[in-house]
Parts: sequence; structure tokens; C-alpha cells
Amino acid sequence: MAVLLLAEVSAGELALDATAKAATAAAKLGDVTILVAGPKAAADVAATISGVAKVLVAEDAAYANGLAENLADLVVSLAGDYSHIVAPATASAKNVLPRVAALLDVMVISDASGVVDGDTFERPVYAGNAVQTVKSSDATKVITFRTSTFDAAACSGSAPVEAATATADSGLSSFVADKVAESDRPELTSAKVVVSGGRGVGSEENFALIEKLADKLGAAVGASRAAVDSGFAPNDWQVGQTGKVVAPELYIAVGISGAIQHLAGMKDSKVIVAINKDEEAPIFQVADFGLVADLFEALPELTDKL
Amino acid sequence: MKVLVPVKRVIDYNVKVRVKADGSGVDLANVKMSMNPFDEIAVEEAIRLKEKGVADEVVVVSIGVKQAQDTLRTALAMGADRAILVVAAEDIHDDIEPLAVAKILKAVIDEEQPKLVIAGKQAIDNDMNATGQMLAALLGWGQATFASEVAIEGDTVTVTREVDGGLQTIAVGLPAIITADLRLNEPRYASLPNIMKAKKKPLDTKTAADLGVDVTPRLTVVSTAEPAGRSAGIKVGSVDELVAKLKEGGLV
Ligand SMILES: Cc1cc2nc3c(=O)[nH]c(=O)nc-3n(C[C@H](O)[C@H](O)[C@H](O)COP(=O)(O)OP(=O)(O)OC[C@H]3O[C@@H](n4cnc5c(N)ncnc54)[C@H](O)[C@@H]3O)c2cc1C
Ligand SMILES: Nc1ncnc2c1ncn2[C@@H]1O[C@H](COP(=O)(O)O)[C@@H](O)[C@H]1O
Repeated sequence: MAVLLLAEVSAGELALDATAKAATAAAKLGDVTILVAGPKAAADVAATISGVAKVLVAEDAAYANGLAENLADLVVSLAGDYSHIVAPATASAKNVLPRVAALLDVMVISDASGVVDGDTFERPVYAGNAVQTVKSSDATKVITFRTSTFDAAACSGSAPVEAATATADSGLSSFVADKVAESDRPELTSAKVVVSGGRGVGSEENFALIEKLADKLGAAVGASRAAVDSGFAPNDWQVGQTGKVVAPELYIAVGISGAIQHLAGMKDSKVIVAINKDEEAPIFQVADFGLVADLFEALPELTDKL
Repeated sequence: MKVLVPVKRVIDYNVKVRVKADGSGVDLANVKMSMNPFDEIAVEEAIRLKEKGVADEVVVVSIGVKQAQDTLRTALAMGADRAILVVAAEDIHDDIEPLAVAKILKAVIDEEQPKLVIAGKQAIDNDMNATGQMLAALLGWGQATFASEVAIEGDTVTVTREVDGGLQTIAVGLPAIITADLRLNEPRYASLPNIMKAKKKPLDTKTAADLGVDVTPRLTVVSTAEPAGRSAGIKVGSVDELVAKLKEGGLV
């Protein structure tokens, strides 16, 4: 079986961690070809991912901003050679792969967390309250893989890089602007440690307490939906059912009650610490170490003592 | 301009989900069902477009069991003008896949000719996040998913999208599909008088067969299981104790 893996490219650079995690899942299915819709330099990085047979690169202005219509057309133009078309379950791939699937008249398997065999996959449903095993009867399987459940493939390979023929710009949509926050912190979905704040943090200014602890630990910063909705934190920090799914070595939840929609995004973390002033907060039911305390006292002290 | 909003009847987001002991699925009997939260946001956005004079009619569509008409009535009570129920399942446990939903929606759209479709980003039961994108593909329309801001001017809709690195703004020519993210708006509650009025608004019923769509699933659910459990650990009495535990575990 042959697998086409759509690489995650952001601002012209390969998102190596996400792509290498999807490569681990893809390798269970067959020979992996990575498709990089972006610069040759990004394809060269993809070529280092171990176990990859080949890298295809389509360098064209039509793909520069991840527009779904153009990317889907490109993937579909190559689809005939593959039994599986896969990608990491990023916002970008979740935008593109369902479109690819519909163009091929097949279902998409979103957010797969396990590979049983070439037709059969596991995926969480109901905010992770149930895990379904689904068997596909489609000729081509189109799958996004949940990155938090696969380890990244090593990077000691040197696959050949070949050019793929670019498809025409569909003209259906166009790029206007990006508002991307620059940060020196590790990325949320690949960080070893994540410190997240919730509504309990109270304000955007107070979120500095969360950020200070994160910086002390070299951690990424996350947030609950309530914290994002209240404007304490940007949207791309949201962890949960409808935000990012993380599984770091250490997740520290501060002023977060632990609604199932939040747990859906972090309950596979290796160690969970919760700091909350309400000893009944549901977050304590999943926490390895719970501290019942006022975060405004506990956080500065913790940051100090680490 | 006509706006069409697909709304799904799903388990209420506050309900604790129970997996059936025989692994055949999730128990939905006698469970509170509601409109998918993202679809409330989509309906709200459509109504606001109408209030601004950009849209002149809001049509809501639901696909599934006949009980989905309750969901449609809720949308009508919020302010939608007209509803279409497409009956495609008998058993409340039968979920119609996004591909089949998209095909049914395409058939409805071929008849209704809306200029804009606003769907939810994701149904909170199957967590697929697929229908809007699939529908756009079937129609050959442009798509703007995960919208947190929508502005329509002439034949173009400018949409700010929530993406992994922050926000992206794109422009899409109409007709187009938008999928609503959480921060697009805060949906209104239906008032009692509007709930009464909604009972008189038109609700058409069709079947998937009327529209010529085969809803046989492509993905067979082999089994449904409880996720690996996680048990509560310990409470620490102080920050010092927490620091000691983290150091013990080699975590810091
Ligand atoms: C469709 C849908 C999708 C959703 N998706 C997500 C998602 O992806 N991610 C997500 O997180 N949520 C999501 N939610 C929202 C979720 O249901 C909860 O509303 C949200 O997670 C609550 O956030 P919170 O814990 O920060 O706020 P709250 O529930 O208000 O909890 C705040 C906590 O802070 C504590 N606190 C207050 N002050 C202090 C203090 N001084 N010191 C210590 N503790 C303090 C309180 O005891 C409380 O436990 C979604 C909801 C819906 C309907
Ligand atoms: N059975 C359905 N009836 C009406 N709308 C639906 C249905 N299924 C999905 N949708 C729409 O598609 C969106 C995304 O659903 P999904 O792709 O299943 O996650 C929902 O928020 C709805 O707007």
C-alpha cells in the first residue's frame, strides 16, 4: 500500500514535529511519500524524516497561504497512486482533507488516534468520552492523525525529492492577512511542559503569572475556552475538544475547573498538576498532584521555588 | 440574499456521555438533546446578517431523525424564517455521516439556491469537523472554515479564521461556505413569544430518498469503548510539597 502524507507547512517552513508524528502513523500503513506544497527548502527538511520513501514538492504561489481549494486540487491530482491520503490533524489539514475526501467521493476519518489495520482506525468521539473503532469501505482512505498520540519519527533519513506538477489557482478564495504571534516559547502541541490558565486567572494582565511560570519551565502556554473568550489569552492557546490537543510530560492547569471539553484536550498528558481554590473542582479527578490554593499566592511562590 | 444554515441535533453538551456496556455505541435514550452549539452560532450569524439587511431570508436545514424538528423549531424561534427537515434515519442512534449530509445539503442547495451557507465548525457528537468542507467541494464553492469574524461586501465575504498560529483573514467569492468557530458571536436565547411564533413558521419535510441520496455509511462502527481511565492522584498540602513531588518525578 502507498501512503501520501500532506506535510504541514506554515509560513513557508515545514512544521517538522507535526509532520514527523503523522509519518509514524503513516508508516503503519505502507510506503510513505510526503507531499510538500511549499518551498524546496521545506521539502529538504521533510526528506530527513526517517522511513520516508520519497518527497514530492509543489512550489507555487497558489499554495503559499494554505488555501484549501488549491491544496485539495493538488492532493486530488496525485491521489490516483495512493491507497491512503493522510496528514497531521492540524487546523490546516482539517480544512483541506475533508475537501479532498469529498472530491474523491470518500469519507474522511478525522483525528484518528490509532491504526488497527489498513482499513480500521480508532478515533475519539463525544469530546473524548468514547473511542470508536471504525472500518472504512472506501477505496481511498483519507485520514487526519491526532499528533498527541504518535511519537515523532526520527530524522536521520535522506529521501529523494522530486517535483510535482502544480495545479492551477482555483480563484475561489484569496489570502488577505495573517495575524500570527511571534513567540520564543515552544509550540503548544510539541512542548514537553504546558502551563494553562483558565477563567480563574481573571484578566489578561494576570495571565503574566502563567507566562512567568511557563518561562521558568521552558513551557508552552495554554488556556481554557473561558480564558480565551474573556480575552485573557489568544485563540491559538485554547486547549480542548475544539482547540488543541496536547499530551506533554507535564500539564499544569491553573484556575481551570476541568470541564469535559477542556479535559478532552489534555487528559492524555503524562502528569497533570491542578491548582484551584475549589477543592471540588472536577480537574482534581484527573490530576496526579492537586493543590487547593489561591492561584495568586501559589503561582508566584511556585515560580520562585522552581 | 438567501442564507442557509445546517443545524444538527446532538446530545446536549452538559450531559455526561455513557458508553453502552456491549460496546455498540453511546446511550442516547432519554438523554437531553440540543442544537449543536456551533450551529447556534451559525444561526445567530445568519440572523444578524438579516438584521443588517445583508440577508433577506434565513433557511435552516436538519438531517437525521424526525425529532430533529425540535432543533429546527429552536432555530426558527431564534429568528430563522423557514425550515427543512430531511428524514434520513429512524433510530436515534444512527448518525448520518458528513459525506451523506453534504450530499443531502447539496441537493437542498440546488433547489434553494442560497448565496451563502453558514455551518458549524464541528458537531460535538462525532467531532468530525468535515461537513462544511465536503459540501464546498461538492458544490465547487470556496470555503472559509473556523470563522471568528465575517464581513460581506458585494459578492465577496471576508472571513477571519482561527488557525493554529493565530488568525488568518481570507476573501472568498460568493456563493461560499463558512463554518462558525466559537468566537464568531454569542448566540441569543429564544424568547417565549418567539418560541410561540416559531410554531407557525413553515417547516417542510423531505426524505433522503426524495433527494436521491444514499446514506449508507462508508465507515462502519466496529465498536465503541470507554477511553482509558485516569484516576485522581493525591492532594499536596503546600507549594513546597508540590515542588518536592515534581522534583522526585524528574519533571522539573
Ligand atoms: C461546543 C463547546 C466547545 C468547547 N470547547 C472547549 C475547549 O476546546 N476548551 C475548553 O477549555 N473549553 C471548551 N468549552 C468550554 C467548557 O465547557 C468550559 O466552559 C470551560 O472549559 C471553562 O473554562 P474554565 O475552567 O477556565 O472556567 P470555569 O469553569 O469558570 O472555572 C474557573 C475555575 O477557576 C477557579 N478559580 C477562580 N479563582 C481562583 C483563584 N483565585 N485561585 C485558584 N482558582 C481559582 C474556580 O474555582 C474554577 O474552578 C467548550 C464548550 C462548548 C459548549
Ligand atoms: N445531520 C446534520 N444535519 C444538519 N447539519 C449537519 C448535520 N451534520 C452536520 N451538520 C452541519 O455540519 C457541521 C459540522 O459537522 P461535522 O462535520 O459532523 O463535525 C455542523 O455544525 C452542522 O452545521
